[in-house]
Amino acid sequence: MSGATAVLVLVGIVALAVFLILLGVGLSRRAQRREAAPARPAAAPAPPGAPSAPSAAPPAPAPPTAPPRLRDRLAKTRAVLAAPVQAITGRGRVDEETWDGVEEALLRADVGVATTTELLEGLRAAAAGLRATEPEAAVELIKAQIVAQLDGDADRSLQLVEGQTNVWMFVGVNGVGKTTAIAKLARRERGSGHSVMLAAADTFRAAAAEQLAQWGDRVGAPVVRGQEGADPGSVVFDAMSAAQARDTDLVLVDTAGRLHTKVNLMEELKKLRRIVERTPGALREVLLVIDATTGQNGLAQARQFADAVDVTGVVLTKLDGTARGGIVLAIEAELGIPVKAVGVGESADDLVPFDPVEFVDALFA
Amino acid sequence: MFDALADRFEGIFQRLRSRGRLGDKEIDEVAREIRIALLEADVNVGVVKSFIARVKERARAADVARSLTPAQQVIKIVHEELVTTLGGTTGKLALSSKPPTVVMLAGLQGSGKTTAAAKLARHLEVNGSRVLLVGADLQRPAAVEQLRVLGERIGVPVFSEGRDPVKVAKGGLKEADRIGATVVLVDTAGRLQIDAELMDELRRVGKVAHPDDTLLVVDAMTGQEAVHVAEAFDEAVGLDGVVLTKIDGDARGGAALSVKEVIGKPILFAGTGEKIEDFEPFHPDRMASRILGMGDVLTLIEKAEEAFDQEEAKKAEAKLRKGELTLEDFLDQMRQVRKMGPLQNLIGMLPGVPKELRQTEVDEGELARVEAIICSMTPEERRRPSVINGSRRLRIARGSGTTTQDVNALLKQFKTVQQLMRQMSKGKMPRGMPPLPV
Repeated sequence: MSGATAVLVLVGIVALAVFLILLGVGLSRRAQRREAAPARPAAAPAPPGAPSAPSAAPPAPAPPTAPPRLRDRLAKTRAVLAAPVQAITGRGRVDEETWDGVEEALLRADVGVATTTELLEGLRAAAAGLRATEPEAAVELIKAQIVAQLDGDADRSLQLVEGQTNVWMFVGVNGVGKTTAIAKLARRERGSGHSVMLAAADTFRAAAAEQLAQWGDRVGAPVVRGQEGADPGSVVFDAMSAAQARDTDLVLVDTAGRLHTKVNLMEELKKLRRIVERTPGALREVLLVIDATTGQNGLAQARQFADAVDVTGVVLTKLDGTARGGIVLAIEAELGIPVKAVGVGESADDLVPFDPVEFVDALFA
Repeated sequence: MFDALADRFEGIFQRLRSRGRLGDKEIDEVAREIRIALLEADVNVGVVKSFIARVKERARAADVARSLTPAQQVIKIVHEELVTTLGGTTGKLALSSKPPTVVMLAGLQGSGKTTAAAKLARHLEVNGSRVLLVGADLQRPAAVEQLRVLGERIGVPVFSEGRDPVKVAKGGLKEADRIGATVVLVDTAGRLQIDAELMDELRRVGKVAHPDDTLLVVDAMTGQEAVHVAEAFDEAVGLDGVVLTKIDGDARGGAALSVKEVIGKPILFAGTGEKIEDFEPFHPDRMASRILGMGDVLTLIEKAEEAFDQEEAKKAEAKLRKGELTLEDFLDQMRQVRKMGPLQNLIGMLPGVPKELRQTEVDEGELARVEAIICSMTPEERRRPSVINGSRRLRIARGSGTTTQDVNALLKQFKTVQQLMRQMSKGKMPRGMPPLPV
């Protein structure tokens, strides 16, 4: 028998042994923690009837420059692609192939097998009831069905109460565009006359604070930062004190990108949230930033981040490409987390409110 | 990555095996299940279609219904198709006969180009190249700064002088000549494949840099879009290979399968973690085996050979064979194993490990705790854990900053493992594990 195989078997056995022991210790610790865990202080909920919440009305044209609309921004890029809808409507009648076409369109938009299957079942039933034989009518029906699933009574506005220090925290996996999304929102809120501060709590990635600082300069928002490798908690704490001292309306907290599967990093994120909760400022939003090119993994991301830090909304970035971001359908349907903003371009103004109807149109465009 | 897909295939094949005969109807059913598994893993819809069509066709042609082992036949067909889809053999970076070799990295925003550039630079330096990093991403604020910091960390020079990326690339080549670099890595700005202006810029950078290898950096979590991106970049600048990033999450890696199938270029490297050394060559054949639950024994052996001292390993093996394993040995072995990378990955590479084990989350922090507990024991206690009584237990817990429950849990588990070892040394292996070589 070769030496390599012997070593391999040995390694295998030891790895398993280590694992089993870890499992035991881990379980015992978890059990203890559960017993000892103090009831988590509830996040100060936004006062339900906050009288002067300016962003309460969904179509609020708050910034002075009219924000670009989702539809306008998407039209350009979508025209490039052969529309699956044409393939569907071109057939002249509704039959099995129509449904196959719809299914494929949804799958190609990253909606996912489970959500697609569910949607199709509802659709077939609805179509049969309405005797929809015209493909155009069927497509309209489909869109309406999806919009209905998306819409609900979700509040898609970003919460901000005047006269207080509001905090929005941004979380997500690596490379989704957290820092850029923050810059865009900072620009928008500055435009609405709010004082904004940026907290560079991504102390892990090289030059992340530098990136945020450059954005801060451009949009006119002070940036609180620490040393690279510093404790992000201390940055958040400093930012909160500074914001209090200056009566800042809004603090945007940039956190390091982290894969939702890394237990320690998710624990760190929970800690950051606790620090924000302990300071006098009010944590209004925990926004999960999701890249529109993300596939089915987006649902796993949303689930884990929601578990860890009670995500209040999704910011969908990079929708100006040909990616359709269909995974947010599954995220809304399964986890009930509303999409609150959409990034559709490179410049600081390219962040628009989410509109279900336009989004669904774009899924099929 | 790929573990979830592996689990799906395991389930499908298990049901398949329990079937007596396989007619067209059964084959269709299996095909449907495979289709869903692949779609859930983000494999491109088009790729799935052709994959399923090929499997079905071959299954019919092989007349599996008449075969004595129909399930085995189908599994074999799926395996072969999967290996083909992932691209057979391991690809390599094409090194120029006339140094410096120029490598250009391109991709969407946030796919991980800058990090991949630094990781690749380190990988090449370790293997004896002299690398120059060229920062041609002048779009994203502080991108060059990021590259500089990373370059400093790994001791690789970074060049980025000039106002536009084309000039930077040109200057980079000159600088490489000046300092005698053998490899030049050009990091470009992230761009959407439909952004005509920026794609044109990339083309111009490519014309100046004459890359020997143009690599597309793809995020492993990408969905259906991966195919469009790969096609567009391939068309614009001609790709030679792919770097897959962020595979340490739980993405199912369908993007990897699709990209290879659509543009026919190999995946050369994979980014496997947060640290700069978390970067590995990608072996498609091994991945296919992993997807089908056959383990990745080759990688495991390689890692073991790197981390383990042969002499030590032999000694430990001899002890193991006799069924003697003390906490001391265990500590030694555990430290060695840790050198091989995250435990979760190792377990994923073992053949025949049940799904429940593979999926359990390993908190590496627990490892440190276990180590602390064992280190807080006296040598005698490590050799004969039975002497540990209440007061010793308390001392150990205090010494290691844990609780007596933790110490208890460790001792209890260790006893179980010892029993397991004893059984194994007698030749009785737990299900699925290969017997110890005699």
